Amino acid sequence: MMRFMLLFSRQGKLRLQKWYTATAERDKKKMVRELMQVVLARKPKMSSFLEWRDLKIVYKRYASLYFCCAVEEQDNELITLEVIHRFVELLDKYFGSVCELDIIFNFEKAYFILDEFLIGGEIQDTSKKSVLKAIEQADLLQEVHTHTHHREKK
Amino acid sequence: MPAVSKGDGMRGLAVFISDIRNCKSKEAEIKRINKELANIRSKFKGDKALDGYSKKKYVCKLLFIFLLGHDIDFGHMEAVNLLSSNKYTEKQIGYLFISVLVNSNSELIRLINNAIKNDLSSRNPTFMCLALHCIANVGSREMAEAFAGEIPRILVAGDTMDSVKQSAALCLLRLYKASPDLVLMGEWTSRVVHLLNDQHMGVVTAAISLITCLSSKNPDEFKTCVSLAVSRLSRIVSSASTDLQDYTYYFVPAPWLSCKLLRLLQCYPPPEDGAVKGRLVECLETILNKAQEPPKSKKVQHSNAKNAILFEAISLIIHYDSEPNLLVRACNQLGQFLQHRETNLRYLALESMCTLASSEFSHEAVKTHIETVINALKTERDVSVRQRAADLLYAMCDRSNAKQIVAEMLSYLETADYSIREEMVLKVAILAEKYAVDYSWYVDTILNLIRIAGDYVSEEVWYRVIQIVINRDDVQGYAAKTVFEALQAPACHENMVKVGGYILGEFGNLIAGDPRSSPLVQFNLLHSKFHLCSVPTRALLLSAYIKFINLFPETKATIQEVLRSDSQIRNSDVELQQRAVEYLKLSSIASTDVLATVLEEMPPFPERESSILAKLKKKKGPGAVSVELEDGKERGDYLSHSNGSSTPSPSADLLGLRSTAPASGATPSAGSLLVDVFSEAGPSATSAGVNDDGFLRFVCKNNGVLFENQLLQIGIKSEYRQNLGRMYLFYGNKTSVQFVSFNTTVSCPGELQSHILQLEPLVEGGAQVQQVINIECLTDFIDAPLLNIKFRYGGALQNISLKLPVTINKFFQPTEMAAADFFQRWKQLSQPQQEAQKIFKASHGMDTEVLKAKLLGLGTALLENVDPNPENYVCAGVIQTKAQQVGCLLRLEPNAQAQMYRLTLRSSKDTVSQRVCDLLAEQF
Repeated sequence: MMRFMLLFSRQGKLRLQKWYTATAERDKKKMVRELMQVVLARKPKMSSFLEWRDLKIVYKRYASLYFCCAVEEQDNELITLEVIHRFVELLDKYFGSVCELDIIFNFEKAYFILDEFLIGGEIQDTSKKSVLKAIEQADLLQEVHTHTHHREKK
Repeated sequence: MPAVSKGDGMRGLAVFISDIRNCKSKEAEIKRINKELANIRSKFKGDKALDGYSKKKYVCKLLFIFLLGHDIDFGHMEAVNLLSSNKYTEKQIGYLFISVLVNSNSELIRLINNAIKNDLSSRNPTFMCLALHCIANVGSREMAEAFAGEIPRILVAGDTMDSVKQSAALCLLRLYKASPDLVLMGEWTSRVVHLLNDQHMGVVTAAISLITCLSSKNPDEFKTCVSLAVSRLSRIVSSASTDLQDYTYYFVPAPWLSCKLLRLLQCYPPPEDGAVKGRLVECLETILNKAQEPPKSKKVQHSNAKNAILFEAISLIIHYDSEPNLLVRACNQLGQFLQHRETNLRYLALESMCTLASSEFSHEAVKTHIETVINALKTERDVSVRQRAADLLYAMCDRSNAKQIVAEMLSYLETADYSIREEMVLKVAILAEKYAVDYSWYVDTILNLIRIAGDYVSEEVWYRVIQIVINRDDVQGYAAKTVFEALQAPACHENMVKVGGYILGEFGNLIAGDPRSSPLVQFNLLHSKFHLCSVPTRALLLSAYIKFINLFPETKATIQEVLRSDSQIRNSDVELQQRAVEYLKLSSIASTDVLATVLEEMPPFPERESSILAKLKKKKGPGAVSVELEDGKERGDYLSHSNGSSTPSPSADLLGLRSTAPASGATPSAGSLLVDVFSEAGPSATSAGVNDDGFLRFVCKNNGVLFENQLLQIGIKSEYRQNLGRMYLFYGNKTSVQFVSFNTTVSCPGELQSHILQLEPLVEGGAQVQQVINIECLTDFIDAPLLNIKFRYGGALQNISLKLPVTINKFFQPTEMAAADFFQRWKQLSQPQQEAQKIFKASHGMDTEVLKAKLLGLGTALLENVDPNPENYVCAGVIQTKAQQVGCLLRLEPNAQAQMYRLTLRSSKDTVSQRVCDLLAEQF
């Protein structure tokens, strides 16, 4: 089970944090600080996995953003790496060539997409189509309900 | 403002985010935020009712501020209001806020739960999913209480949409993990298992996480999942790369689901049904074969997904540990990865091989890769990979390669990263001791360790070398010579001075014959380091000096002069001053005899588990100590290697328990057996039969009153160490008349041996006599020893038979371990016969402290923070018998509501699991 997922920039700015177990705010801040330091210090050719406290950390960098997951001892590192990749693909598909700014200005959407993909730290669906359909249905619903402008999707 | 806003843009929010991004300093940011907070507060408090859109916008701003790391203390109510909006986006933002920011404000929880309840019953799948996500995100006990009954119904209802089923399955999983006592098994559980057959791959993917968790906790109830999982896996593995459409990921069919299926199977032993097993072995072979095929794509995603399945399959093969052919193939595959150009694969191969090394089938195959692993330790550029290589070397070490591995680890230590040095030092120290064939090698290794990485050599390590040198007289001369040589180095580590001081003080005489290491040379060498050392080391050296005075009278004058100098006798440190004064006085007034007695060579240390091992266990949960915890065998090896063979002194016998058993007084047990058969058939006089109740009261305690009638009271006090026990029996004559022909015998089952000290045949009225019984446990046992007491009281023969409360758990030695270790070990003991389980009603109160006391009394270590559910108790211990050591894990799950317990025991020996389970089940 995934314990948490963090997105942060090369400059160490936290862009998204999702915690799948109850954690006190103070501990969260401490863990984020500590882990960012560890991960940002690593060089490009190093492995994407490391042991940290009692957890396995799996991370990957996409452009300026680091995607970093903490999973448990018995979890599979490689498949976690692909969980990250699939999440990136989902963001990409939804925003159209996603960049860090999309996630900053639409942070709530990023959370919604993540919730459609993972629940309680486990995968809900791996099909890109199913996940995006859920999100798009939601967007459609809001079009019906609200009168604000809705940008066309590609 | 950048035009990146998506969906319904909240213009105000985007402006605010832009503002924050434009802030030049932290102060400016805080100022801007405070302004915004004031604005939002006034809007929320204002007279004008806010429309849904504004409310949503402000709540979203608060959320953004919170995620930036600032505290938010208002807005919760507005967020809760949004939940009951019928506009989707408003509801969605409300739920998001609650998910991120909810606290256990009970008033609010009630409102939130109300809103969730409405959405769950709305039959609108999108609303239902939102509500389920929220429950899963918060996962609090209050929510479990409110919804744990409802969600299983949604999950298995025939008309539930697939997307809702998926959310419901994972939501239920979250609740089960957080509050397992609230999620009650029922009719739904069997239907959940059949979701493995669902047509919708997404449903299977979500459901399998739930099923895996439930299975690992209740394997019996879910065991039908094994054949379902195998057939699902088989269908996926044999499908073409495009069959599964959207569930094919970079030409790999359903990698996530495949991994999950393989993981689920690891909750169980190999399938018993031959057909199922055959099909599974076929799948595993196919997966191994596919690894050799050329890749269908050059993308890393393709190889990652494919290899993820491969590693999970290898985990399953290791878990089964029963198919030598597959184990060796797995090992070869990992061997290929050891040299792969992808760092990730090298890392994982090293990690996975670590577990393979502990299987008897593949241990040898793993060893063939030793050169590659040593090379990895030397050349890998990534410290986390080097760490894995060191772990693997440690795991593959045995008698045949210990010298090579220890040498490599030592040379690696010279350049090792600071972060892993201490752990490396511990590992080297453990391997050196565990596989020491000749102890001079051991001494060399530890002294090298101190020379190379003295700063990282903890006290445990140098204490241990001294213990071993003192306990083994064949190595003492060599040790003295070697430390003497090591101390010649101009700069040597303070730990070396400590070891040197201690060893020369004890055994310097063994090398004093050589003029190059004459007593005075030895002393001068030690004393040349004195001024560079810290206070504790100086104190140790002073003790070495006084020992020198005893060993070598010719050094007395020189040493007395040193002790008398102002820098010693007037030292500002009180400990040093006191030692100097006392030693000086002792050396001048005591006679040679007295001096020789006071300063006699140290007696051998009692053997116990190496404190180094304990330290490594504490320091590092997973991996590091798995070798030791692997099996009683391995551990036994380590603990006992110097137990007997080396120490001729009688007091070296563990605790000295055995030495007190007199050769003469031993009761011939064959004879007493007859008596017992007789007495059980029909006790002759007024006596009581066998004391089952009294017996059970002593399972978790060692002292108390065992038996009482109008004539006699018997109290016991007992102590246990390793596989030995000593029991004191106190017979109190409650009458004013003497008992005559008072005679006791003990008959033991064959698994125990006992020695009893005979008593005088007369017990005066009102007197109490004490009797000692020594017990040795040869192997595990069920039947307790019987104590038979016969005496005459006023002419009538009294005959009493009592079960002595010697139970298998008395020979527990507690084992501390981290959660990861515990669960790994637990998993390894997953054969059905290794487990014993009882579900029973509480017959006493369920008070936590009382439960804990009982579990501690059982003799195991009570492990904190291991079980995810704080209500449960888990314990670990090793039962020490002469023949073997049996590792034992225990889990007690109280259900306060039902006043029931479930008790599960797992151990490497079926009779032990069952016996401990039976005994303990009577205690609550």
